[in-house]
Amino acid sequence: MKVAIPTPLRSYTRAPEVEAEGATVGEILADLDRRYPGIRFRMIDEQDGIRPHVRIFVNRERVAGIEETLAPGDEVQILQALSGG
Amino acid sequence: MPSETNPARTGQVVLLVGTRKGVFLLHADPARSRWSIDGPHFLGHIAHHVVLDARDSRTLLVAAKTGHLGPTVFCSTDLGKTWREASSPPAFPKVQDEEGGRVVDHVFWLTPGPVEQPDVWYAGTSPPALFRSEDAGDTWAPVSGWNDHPNWALWTENGDDGTPGGSLLHSINLDPRNPRHLYIGLSGGGVFESTDGGGDWQPLNRGCEANFKPDPAPEFGHDPHCVRLHPLAPDVLWQQNHCGIYRMERPQGVWERVGDRMPREVGDIGFPIELHPRDPDTVWVFPMDGTDVWPRTSPDGRPAVYVTRDAGHSWQRRDVGLPGEHAWLTVLRQAMTVDGHDPVGVYFGTTGGEVWASRDEGEAWTCIARHLPHVFSLEVAELEP
Repeated sequence: MKVAIPTPLRSYTRAPEVEAEGATVGEILADLDRRYPGIRFRMIDEQDGIRPHVRIFVNRERVAGIEETLAPGDEVQILQALSGG
Repeated sequence: MPSETNPARTGQVVLLVGTRKGVFLLHADPARSRWSIDGPHFLGHIAHHVVLDARDSRTLLVAAKTGHLGPTVFCSTDLGKTWREASSPPAFPKVQDEEGGRVVDHVFWLTPGPVEQPDVWYAGTSPPALFRSEDAGDTWAPVSGWNDHPNWALWTENGDDGTPGGSLLHSINLDPRNPRHLYIGLSGGGVFESTDGGGDWQPLNRGCEANFKPDPAPEFGHDPHCVRLHPLAPDVLWQQNHCGIYRMERPQGVWERVGDRMPREVGDIGFPIELHPRDPDTVWVFPMDGTDVWPRTSPDGRPAVYVTRDAGHSWQRRDVGLPGEHAWLTVLRQAMTVDGHDPVGVYFGTTGGEVWASRDEGEAWTCIARHLPHVFSLEVAELEP
């Protein structure tokens, strides 16, 4: 499925939207990391928590954790909540 | 005390500048009088430390994160022409208990390992944990002897007793005679020592004040800002502490406040402390105002570097070329450094984005860069011809 990538992570993907496969958000992120090494740890900490300023949406609904399941055709968006100077 | 074992360096000096918004490399001409800026690298990244491995003069590591992405380490072996990211940056082990899992907020300090272990590096993080790489910074493993020490939570107040930027592990010093002998500094927590390669640790704070604690002389809980060990005199430790400038003869194991001999109107509060590469009795500091509400700016708005050449028995002011008034500079613990030339070059970077240089051991100063972002760290790379 297609995954929307925010600008701070495009140094990894070189594209605003990329393909990744998986039945959960966690599997999608693992697949992204296989394709673009290092990208997952910038978004997800070592305890599998979504980092404070990272937001992941499935079908425009924000998900609380990476265990969220996905269905074929779901729309996944990764966004950054930028703040500060 | 000139040394036969550490001859003066003659190679080109490059200053590695880590800032709140990226990395800059300042290249000197052979006289160290003209400088050119290369950068920014990683514009927008917070670069807490940028270090060249003096063992190979090739491997350059950057401790980086952004305000919104997780921490990582970048590596270059061609002085920043190309970069690769660590395939496994410093991270705590995953735990099943959701309440117990620690998370690295940022990598703060990088230290190349001992000469006889050419690909080993150490990293200090916030919260205050220690990590080790055996492949020149590509993959990192926790030093569990520290990170999981039974007293870790006690010594670090659960990793929360820290600076406004977080509790830090910094000042990773290795005894050049014994790669299993390590020192670390914690802000806050104090100085700690391991003699078994990081398997076990002991506080090393006797004689050092902690006037912000109910007990002003506790075993731990101190606030070392920067700790240095001289490779030619590894039984001597220097420390710029929250409570002054200290020196320790390790066999005695007691810190002596040599900063008491600084001029009283200047005081002995600051962040960095830098050692002469060939004379263990010569040390530079950058005093800041530690009175009242602790402005931590140059006392009276008149910045100066102070040097001792007699192991802290006396201190001399060095301010030629620095602003004489209305200059409220702050220099952080990693933002002062020296090169190996003769005479030694001394450098500092400010939170206002200036870099100042002296090519005559602090006698006279020149501003070599302005308008950079907030400078976190300054290190020297010396490229042999």
